Amino acid sequence: MTIDRQIVDSIERAGVDLVCSVPCNMLDGIMALLGSSRVRHVPVTREEEGVGIAAGAALAGRKPLLLMQNSGLGNCVNALASLTGLYELPLFLLMSHRGGQREFISAQKPMGQAAPRVLDALGIPYDVIAAPADLGHLESALRCAYAESRMRAAFLQPELWP
Amino acid sequence: MKRIDIIRRVAQQDGLIVANLGFPARELFSAHDRPGNFYMLGSMGMAGPIGLGLALGQPRPVYVIEGDGALLMNLGSLATIAREAPPNLCLVIVDNGVYGSTGNQPTARAAETDIAALARAAGCNHVIEVSDEGQLQDALDGCCSGSTVIVAHAEAGNAEAPVIDLTPIAIKQRFMRHLGAM
Repeated sequence: MTIDRQIVDSIERAGVDLVCSVPCNMLDGIMALLGSSRVRHVPVTREEEGVGIAAGAALAGRKPLLLMQNSGLGNCVNALASLTGLYELPLFLLMSHRGGQREFISAQKPMGQAAPRVLDALGIPYDVIAAPADLGHLESALRCAYAESRMRAAFLQPELWP
Repeated sequence: MKRIDIIRRVAQQDGLIVANLGFPARELFSAHDRPGNFYMLGSMGMAGPIGLGLALGQPRPVYVIEGDGALLMNLGSLATIAREAPPNLCLVIVDNGVYGSTGNQPTARAAETDIAALARAAGCNHVIEVSDEGQLQDALDGCCSGSTVIVAHAEAGNAEAPVIDLTPIAIKQRFMRHLGAM
């Protein structure tokens, strides 16, 4: 089974019913699989917009996830703090993590390095998913976000796709 | 017609209301507080997206009290609303040309900026412009048939309205219990 299939299976098993997304090369396979999933997939124009849609869906009792590149985290910060965090709504941030050793675009490096510290500053716990063996952590973190009505995040590392 | 007149009309509709932060939320709270109101306390620009998520997530009508300044902060959301077009979403844009909650400074737009034309160009195919309460009421009465954007041309100015004395968690819990979502 491909890594993309395993990730989408984890998302489905955790009960996620809405995914908002802004694309990344690394997320292409996941996004293609979401097209044939029972999970509702809403592409958005900007990551912050996805935070708002997710908040509305959470108010209706849904289990939303925001799929994006780590650079998109920078576009969401105020809404994560003063909407999702303020009202203690559930949201899972699933991010491709760019800017590492294998990165060939220099502009990816600054936000790639800052993203974990941005999550720390916001008080959002996160997992780093670097190998198929880590996917169990992903599913338990997803379940935790919805059971505890809080934000959680995970970085998908490039090494996942050899 | 001022924002408070628009809010009083919307509050008579049967449905959920998402109110933009600052004076829109305060005016709704003082004019017609009810469990089906969601008061934003921060996150300017998120009213439309919150309304879209709510409309996609449950079947009741959702009214969003949006402003021209807040809409321009997240203009792309009009394109997403146009694509998803949930039939139970009505975006009411109070187009008064000012940031009312920060001291009525002019919003960052040209005098010629046409909010209704922006919505149509984004792909919203049911856009209604209103300039008085009679037109607004007609638009609200007709908006249950599909995803709607109402652009309400209004005078600047806030009503006397106290700060909302509910905690964020109380706002959320009351709203979600009303929906049967918790």
